Amino acid sequence: MSRKISMKQAINEALDLEMRRDPTVIVMGEDIVGGTGAQGEDDAWGGVLGVTKGLYAKHGDRLMDTPLSESAYIGAAIGAAACGLRPVAELMFLDFMGVCFDQIFNQAAKFRYMFGGKAETPVVIRGMVGAGFRAAAQHSQMLTPLFTHIPGLKVVCPSNAYDAKGLLIQSIRDNDPVIFCEHKNLYGLECEVPAESYAIPFGEANVLRDGDDVTIVSYGLTVHRAMEAATALAKDGTEAEVIDLRTLSPIDWDTIVESVERTGRLVVVDEAHPRCNLATDIAAFVGQNAFGALKAGIQMVTAPHTPVPFAPSLEDLYVPSADSIASAVRRTLSPKGASPRIAA
Amino acid sequence: MLNERIKPIVMPKWGLSMSEGKVTGWLKRPGSTISIGDELLEVETDKITNVVEAGETGVLRRVLGEPGTVYPVKALIAVLAEPDVPDDDIDAFINAYAVPAGEDGDGEAEAGPQYHTAETPAGTIRYAKRGESGPTILLVHGFGGDLDNWLFTIDALAEKATVYALDLPGHGQSTKQIADASLSGLSQAVLGFLDTVGVERAHFVGHSMGGAVSMRTALDAPGRVASLSLIASAGLGEQIDGGYIQGFVGATSRRDLKPVLETLFADRGLVSRQMVDDLLKYKRLDGVDEALRALSASLFAEGRQASVLVSGIADARTPTLVVWGEEDRVIPADHAQALANTAQVAVIPGAGHMVQMEAAGKVNALLKEHIAKAS
Repeated sequence: MSRKISMKQAINEALDLEMRRDPTVIVMGEDIVGGTGAQGEDDAWGGVLGVTKGLYAKHGDRLMDTPLSESAYIGAAIGAAACGLRPVAELMFLDFMGVCFDQIFNQAAKFRYMFGGKAETPVVIRGMVGAGFRAAAQHSQMLTPLFTHIPGLKVVCPSNAYDAKGLLIQSIRDNDPVIFCEHKNLYGLECEVPAESYAIPFGEANVLRDGDDVTIVSYGLTVHRAMEAATALAKDGTEAEVIDLRTLSPIDWDTIVESVERTGRLVVVDEAHPRCNLATDIAAFVGQNAFGALKAGIQMVTAPHTPVPFAPSLEDLYVPSADSIASAVRRTLSPKGASPRIAA
Repeated sequence: MLNERIKPIVMPKWGLSMSEGKVTGWLKRPGSTISIGDELLEVETDKITNVVEAGETGVLRRVLGEPGTVYPVKALIAVLAEPDVPDDDIDAFINAYAVPAGEDGDGEAEAGPQYHTAETPAGTIRYAKRGESGPTILLVHGFGGDLDNWLFTIDALAEKATVYALDLPGHGQSTKQIADASLSGLSQAVLGFLDTVGVERAHFVGHSMGGAVSMRTALDAPGRVASLSLIASAGLGEQIDGGYIQGFVGATSRRDLKPVLETLFADRGLVSRQMVDDLLKYKRLDGVDEALRALSASLFAEGRQASVLVSGIADARTPTLVVWGEEDRVIPADHAQALANTAQVAVIPGAGHMVQMEAAGKVNALLKEHIAKAS
């Protein structure tokens, strides 16, 4: 049965269903229950934004409140995964990952390779990404390019509740470490989600809208901005194809290239900083592999190369907007893809 | 000021979830004389594009639905009237026309739940029920399908019948557990469903694999099957496109699934993004892959149909209608002739395996006539 639930509820439901299905699934993190072992209300907190609320009542000690030490409990989760459990560790804000780079980049991501395929590390590290939450520079970053840079990690960033549930279930069932990026400004967004379990395979982009004039590729929150831009562009007769990557590692190159070969124009939208991000990665791949199909220069729409501002007025300008995406599309429609159109 | 000589043509409601549709183009010009069954215009929904056929006669006096524009269900998109009805009356009718209350969007609460579930011996079965009167009809979809395959059928039949459409085990939103993946097993599940909803006897309308399930039921429990309507049915010959079955079972992405689904229609353009997405969502559910593999191994192994029921059905004397789309690429249309001596046979040009969707008006007319005769 299908009904409308929010992305936050969908993530909670995925954790609940997988904990029911597989007794080796455990959940750990800072205040993911809230006050376990102390006097007072059980499950007082349920995670900083309540994503794990209610799971303690159903699964008890398979949820663990951890000390405020990311390096310790992320390391513990990775060790537990190497020893046969399937931990889902909540890193709250993925901005905090810096203190556990060694555990993630140098240990979890390397075990399978360095131990000749004999070791598996089925850990999921999930947490919040993205700007627009008035949470300042240390709690608002889109650090996805750091994760996609590392071979051995899988990187997921859903744009809606349906995808979040199916991708999280797939992440838990996957035998490699997965960084699961939840855009905090999408938590409240509702859509139709089946009550049953389902898994969305990695490396399958979702084509949200068909169009023959230009391809817009994005992921996470900015997928919605791209769709707004496409709706606005359609009024002027420009039909944009909008691709939601869903997973960044592995990435669905085939869907991107097939689309660009048809449209001849590409706009890549990434909420990350402009240097060495998903936008530059995709632009380079298409430039190298589908150059002949391009009718105009590839356009990238990204956040600026600055920390995320705390001032609301500046933060609102920071994230790529529907207008900036539509402008980028119009640039691809101009001769040479850059200068303003002079003649037809 | 209701003028009964002025007949509104409104945005149709196809299926339980449709709330609006886009006029894509008119097939008749203003001033044309219209007969019942004439193709008036094409409408696109998020699920499928289809032709709207005239349900009444008259001259197409006004065309209001603009191509490319989206209208809510029941919105007035054209007006039919005889030539002697004055223009002023038609203008007055258009100005006074209001979308019937309770039908536009928020009607769901009043109409009750769109789908029901029944706890049957085979597990939870989802079904839809339409209509209150007349004979009871059961619609049985095919392999990998669900009750929405009857999008254009269920409401048309429900005008003069009580119509049930179910999701077979392993399909749609019914249980994904299939205890016995044979035709007999599916037939038992269907009979268990009828027991649960309190139906003793029904006119069975089966599409593809659902046709074979219906025939199996007519042979095993003849008292429960008032008549058979077999649409592009399995069980009438050995041949089947094994590539379609394998492709459908194996596809996990839109890029893989879309060309497979295009096999189902004469007009490949009918396969919409939403149709592909809905099927992918179904195929991703836990248990579906196992269910489809079990069914295909049991019924369609090595690209042949395991069960051919022609001789039994020919002897059974159950009133039978056989309908096929001439351009069926999944099960060849010449299978329709297998029961030519004992059944009414109709082969419809320009339609493929999903003939009940692609030529809904013609198939619905055949079904209504057959069921009325058999009742």
